[in-house]
Amino acid sequence: MSENIKVLIAKPGLDGHDRGAKVIARGLKEAGMEVVYTGLRQTTEQIVRAAVQEDVDVIGLSILSGAHSHLFPEIMKKLKDNGKDDVLVIAGGIIPDDDHAELKDLGIKGIFKPGTPINEIVEFIHQELDVA
Amino acid sequence: MKIDVDKILAGDEKTVAKAISLVENSRGEAFDLLRELYLKTNLAYLLGVTGPPGGGKSTLVEKIVSRWVDSGEKVAVIAIDPSSEFSGGALLGDRIRMGKIATHPDVFIRSMATRGYLGGLNPAIFDTVLVLSAAGYERIVIETVGVGQNEIDIVSLADTTLVVTVPEAGDEIQSFKAGLMEAGDLFVLNKSDHATAHKMELILKQMIDLARSDDSGWKIPLIKTIATEEDGIGDLIEEIAAHKNYLEVSNLELDNKKKVMKNHLIHLLEEGLRNKYIEPLLKDKDFDHSVDEVIERKKDPYTQVSEWLSDFGEGV
Repeated sequence: MSENIKVLIAKPGLDGHDRGAKVIARGLKEAGMEVVYTGLRQTTEQIVRAAVQEDVDVIGLSILSGAHSHLFPEIMKKLKDNGKDDVLVIAGGIIPDDDHAELKDLGIKGIFKPGTPINEIVEFIHQELDVA
Repeated sequence: MKIDVDKILAGDEKTVAKAISLVENSRGEAFDLLRELYLKTNLAYLLGVTGPPGGGKSTLVEKIVSRWVDSGEKVAVIAIDPSSEFSGGALLGDRIRMGKIATHPDVFIRSMATRGYLGGLNPAIFDTVLVLSAAGYERIVIETVGVGQNEIDIVSLADTTLVVTVPEAGDEIQSFKAGLMEAGDLFVLNKSDHATAHKMELILKQMIDLARSDDSGWKIPLIKTIATEEDGIGDLIEEIAAHKNYLEVSNLELDNKKKVMKNHLIHLLEEGLRNKYIEPLLKDKDFDHSVDEVIERKKDPYTQVSEWLSDFGEGV
């Protein structure tokens, strides 16, 4: 594990709000990470391609539209198909508690709800990637 | 990490991406790979794109790359953004404007942070260019933001340097004068539909006329564009092609390659010397003691440094 953690913050699907994603991107940057942000309305293909080419250690998916149960499985499958399943995937936004188990089964390691302090996310990433 | 050279040469994206990470993160380990790649690789044509923030560079790059891949080229983009001096982190946002080309099979986009590279960013950029060239990308665009020395150094790697300005960039233009105005082979006035565009066009034309004192035979063009509307992109593509052609027919292409390689060798040497001699010295507990001695005027800095240098000499 290199000391420069590289993160992709991506917004899959059609919702048009990225304040949350930008706050997270900024917060992770301030925690010393290199954060690629790809902007609104990304297709699953765009996200996976960016993750591969940028060789990121972490993907943070932000979603508010309610389409997570449709889009996240697609992303996880495409990551696997592209040999990029060695990446830590976390998610945030509006994701009802009832859906968390199903998403964690897909391999999404952490799901963070609105109001989560950035430090909690930073610590989670450090822990999962096994860096101090 | 073992990187499969054949997979790079075959253009396997994941391997290429891993190789670039190696070049960025563990430079020492990357040298075996780079050694092998260098002898098998013709370096790609490099277009450097720079200018003040918010000028539309990423949007222009998307348009240029889009036209190039349409005419059958494989194109890579290295998008460089600054690292924070405080946290070491970086926000790499150039992909936001490159959504349309991001999934094209012949396009590879890599975002890089400037970091605090020992010996500067250049060696890592050059080596990234080498990896991408080996992977079959025939044209590579390097996009940097700003007007500092770092950017001028980076564009000095490029065969063709494009400076992107906007009508609002009045004050930034002043700070361009010394550095980038001399580096630019082509100038773009983007957002040229803005009210003050005409005035900026006049200012730029005057500056361009004064920019280069050599009689190189290349007349630096100023191309007006509205990148979001695709306006002027055709002209821009033609002018880039004209400069590429000019480099080929004059001997400048070779001159440029020689200059770039000379710089790269110097950078690698500096990097190596720093790793081998200076870094261990900084970590040595006596280093702080030496600093104190100099502050207390028990010793002068010049004697101290020449002592270190003669110690290095014995180690060589």
